[in-house]
Amino acid sequence: MSVDLGMPQGHGLEGVPTADGPQTRKDFSSDQEVRWCPGCGDYAILAAVQGFMPELGLRRENIVFISGIGCAARFPYYLDTYGLHSIHGRAPAIATGIATTRADLSVWVVTGDGDALSIGGNHLIHALRRNVNMTILLFNNRIYGLTKGQYSPTSEPGKVTKSTPFGSIDAPLNPLSLALGAEATFVARTIDSDRKHLTAVLSAAARHRGTSLVEIYQNCPIFNDGAFDAIKDPETRDDAIIPLVHGEPIRFGADGRLGVVRTPGGGVDIVEVDESNAGDVLVHDAHATDATTAFALSRITDGGAVRRAPIGVFRQVERPTYDDLSREQSVLAGEAPSLQALLDGPDAWTVA
Amino acid sequence: MTASKSTEELTRVVIRFAGDSGDGMQLTGDRFTQETADFGNDLSTLPNFPAEIRAPAGTLPGVSSFQIHFADYDILTPGDHPDVLIAMNPAALKANIGDLQAGGTAIVDAHEFTDRNLKRVGYESNPLEDGSLSDYQLHAIDLTGLTVGAVEEFGLSRKDASRAKNMFALGLVSWMFGRPIDGSIAFLGKKFAGAPAIRDANVAALRTGYNYGETTESFAVSYVVKPAVIPSGRYRNITGNTALSYGIVAAGQLSGLQVFLGAYPITPASDILHELSKHKAFGVTTFQAEDEIAGVGAALGASFAGSLGVTTTSGPGLALKGETIGLGVMLELPLVVIDVQRGGPSTGLPTKTEQSDLLQAMNGRNGEAPVPVVAAQSPADCFDAAIEAARIAITYRTPVILLSDGYLANGSEPWSLPDVESLPRIEPGFATADPDTTFLPYARDPQTLARPWAPPGIAGLEHRIGGLEKADGTGDISYDPANHDHMVRLRQAKVDGIAASIPEVEVDDPDGHAKILVIGWGSTYGPIGAGCRRARLAGHRIAQAHLRHLNPFPANLGEVLAAYDRVIVPEMNLGQLRSLLRATYLVDAEGYNAVRGMPFGAAELGQHFIELCIKEGE
Repeated sequence: MSVDLGMPQGHGLEGVPTADGPQTRKDFSSDQEVRWCPGCGDYAILAAVQGFMPELGLRRENIVFISGIGCAARFPYYLDTYGLHSIHGRAPAIATGIATTRADLSVWVVTGDGDALSIGGNHLIHALRRNVNMTILLFNNRIYGLTKGQYSPTSEPGKVTKSTPFGSIDAPLNPLSLALGAEATFVARTIDSDRKHLTAVLSAAARHRGTSLVEIYQNCPIFNDGAFDAIKDPETRDDAIIPLVHGEPIRFGADGRLGVVRTPGGGVDIVEVDESNAGDVLVHDAHATDATTAFALSRITDGGAVRRAPIGVFRQVERPTYDDLSREQSVLAGEAPSLQALLDGPDAWTVA
Repeated sequence: MTASKSTEELTRVVIRFAGDSGDGMQLTGDRFTQETADFGNDLSTLPNFPAEIRAPAGTLPGVSSFQIHFADYDILTPGDHPDVLIAMNPAALKANIGDLQAGGTAIVDAHEFTDRNLKRVGYESNPLEDGSLSDYQLHAIDLTGLTVGAVEEFGLSRKDASRAKNMFALGLVSWMFGRPIDGSIAFLGKKFAGAPAIRDANVAALRTGYNYGETTESFAVSYVVKPAVIPSGRYRNITGNTALSYGIVAAGQLSGLQVFLGAYPITPASDILHELSKHKAFGVTTFQAEDEIAGVGAALGASFAGSLGVTTTSGPGLALKGETIGLGVMLELPLVVIDVQRGGPSTGLPTKTEQSDLLQAMNGRNGEAPVPVVAAQSPADCFDAAIEAARIAITYRTPVILLSDGYLANGSEPWSLPDVESLPRIEPGFATADPDTTFLPYARDPQTLARPWAPPGIAGLEHRIGGLEKADGTGDISYDPANHDHMVRLRQAKVDGIAASIPEVEVDDPDGHAKILVIGWGSTYGPIGAGCRRARLAGHRIAQAHLRHLNPFPANLGEVLAAYDRVIVPEMNLGQLRSLLRATYLVDAEGYNAVRGMPFGAAELGQHFIELCIKEGE
């Protein structure tokens, strides 16, 4: 059974050659030993990606995974595609060069909250506003893992870590609010432990033409265990997870007892739903031209401990991609004059 | 009535046009340069402008100038001291008069010498009237008034009309030196095609300036500088930044690779981005990145994907790119990093020239990260230097740093046009899949020690690479101590081995018996050569060598240095090449160093060389 997010079949993979025959998850597993900590959420994401790649049906050699630095950045080593493990925060920039020069590649960036939002924040926002055709998987564990446990730009205020023994005094970033503010055309959130949902979101992201940003809540069992317990614990998760399905009223909780409604101030609020107010429940429109409602939905999750989180596709709109436009200009430039004519220029003279 | 005028023959002339940064002095200089090229003189130019785009009008910081040296023989520098100074206002006069040759000609726009303008730049009295310019031939002319009068019929505002005064000045100087102005008239027709009144006013101002020289009695003499005897062939005038851009376009064509430029605007490198962005038809893609790091990152990504990745910058940007260049060293992918050097440190002197990034280029990365370094020696030479940088990058799968500087970037000279057919091809030699063997991304070519270049898209060559240390051969992550030691040495050996593919350094030592060798790199080529000429003309023996390759050095360099009693290294830094030579060859090289933001003068170096020769009895 798969999860239906109500997303259209996008043309994000147009131009990428498809495989000759069926593929299996094994085709995408490299010979490298996976070296994450036991219990790390990255294992589940890797398994989901390896399992989902055959569904895309692309030629393996036309898939490229690019990462920066951090635990998540080891990801490309474990996939038998082309891969580039680069330097801290720069993966979106490197991917921009790859995507712009090669229309025949499916380009993926794997990053973390420190890599994408701290050292690489500039590259992330510019990739998003340019809308380069790539899928960015942002593993958000709200902590620095590889450097052993400092607070990250998504850690909650007051967090006590090795570098903040008296509690963090930094205000955190909301990755999805940031992405929406940066003119992103595809913004989604999913959870490492919900394989079906994860797969559905990745599928929609890969098929979106443009930069897709997928925030994946990912548990770090060593330095920030339990950060997402509220949305994982069977006791609480029904009231904590807010599934977004395009075209459907946003309802959640046991038997849909809760719902999201608009507030007069332009935001959204959560109310108990009964017959009297069922009609007020917001119907999710991922394709709305105006990003205001998507932004309001992103604000349901505040910077503190995760108590409630919408998951699914917040926003998916069509906008020309940077790489397509760049290639279009190259085509429009037409045939080159001779190199000799370029060098000679209009003012050359001859000395006999 | 036309006065009968005498002409005087000169072998060489240096002219400097100076005015407010809004007065169009660069354009005026460019046009005079083109006229001079059309006439057939050898020439060399040096623009000099402030970092501020429009500093307050009439102030010293706002002065912009353009110097041209032209002659009836081959010249090497834009000249030390102008023979003729055109000053469009008191600030331009004050900033430049000190450089004018004693007895030289100063042409000034008297209209601008008002009490207010004089006071603004600190003149207590009017230098046009107080006798302070008596050492010069002064022509105080109301250039503004004459221009406004000449263009009256075109109905422009007084302000617009007066803006054509630079063309009046161009016309006058063109008459003085017998330059043809037809090319400039055609140029104005094209430039202002959309604004006929402005076009006609500029053409009228140009013609009126020319005729003014011919008819007014204050200019009794015009000068003749005969065309230079230069080797036959086709020529054009070119700046370093344009030549460098064409070199990159050519490298793409010669290798059959798409070119991808990732760049962030920075003075004085931005013109390369501007030029390359015009050449999409040649398979050149340009990407104006969000910062210097993204520029080089995208270029490296493009190289991974099979293009020739190029990034352009100046010193501050090179500092930011260091980590990515180190990644390129580890990934062993082609990457051309162009550093158009300017005065440093920090923001330094953005529009002035310097050679102070050599050690940054050599060493500005963490770890043992050797990178080949190539330097251009003249504006036209930037073309060849760019192709050479690309050849090394592609052949050896390595980042290469190409050093130019502000003087080369904006200076110009005639370029003997290459025949495209004769340019050497560059073979990318992409990896191919072999079903019978496992692909080893870090296997080595036995000759070059280069690894395979395997862009995505080929089945059977899927591989993962990154910044972590590689196991020799497989490219898998390896923390093995012996492997790391081996790989560090291997990367060094690969770069050292490039020496086998570069020409030996040539020494210009006319009779082969000089005891003093002057050795330089980069844009000091012209001034050093001119200085050596002066020393030889004065009867001294001195040898000159110039380095295109700074890393690795040419194979014979140690022998060459050892053959001379004294080795002199003039540099626009505090001795960076000198340090490298001393460290590498244990030679007691002596520096001659200045960091004034301006190229060395020929006279200055000539004097220094002559003193050395006298001391050595040469």
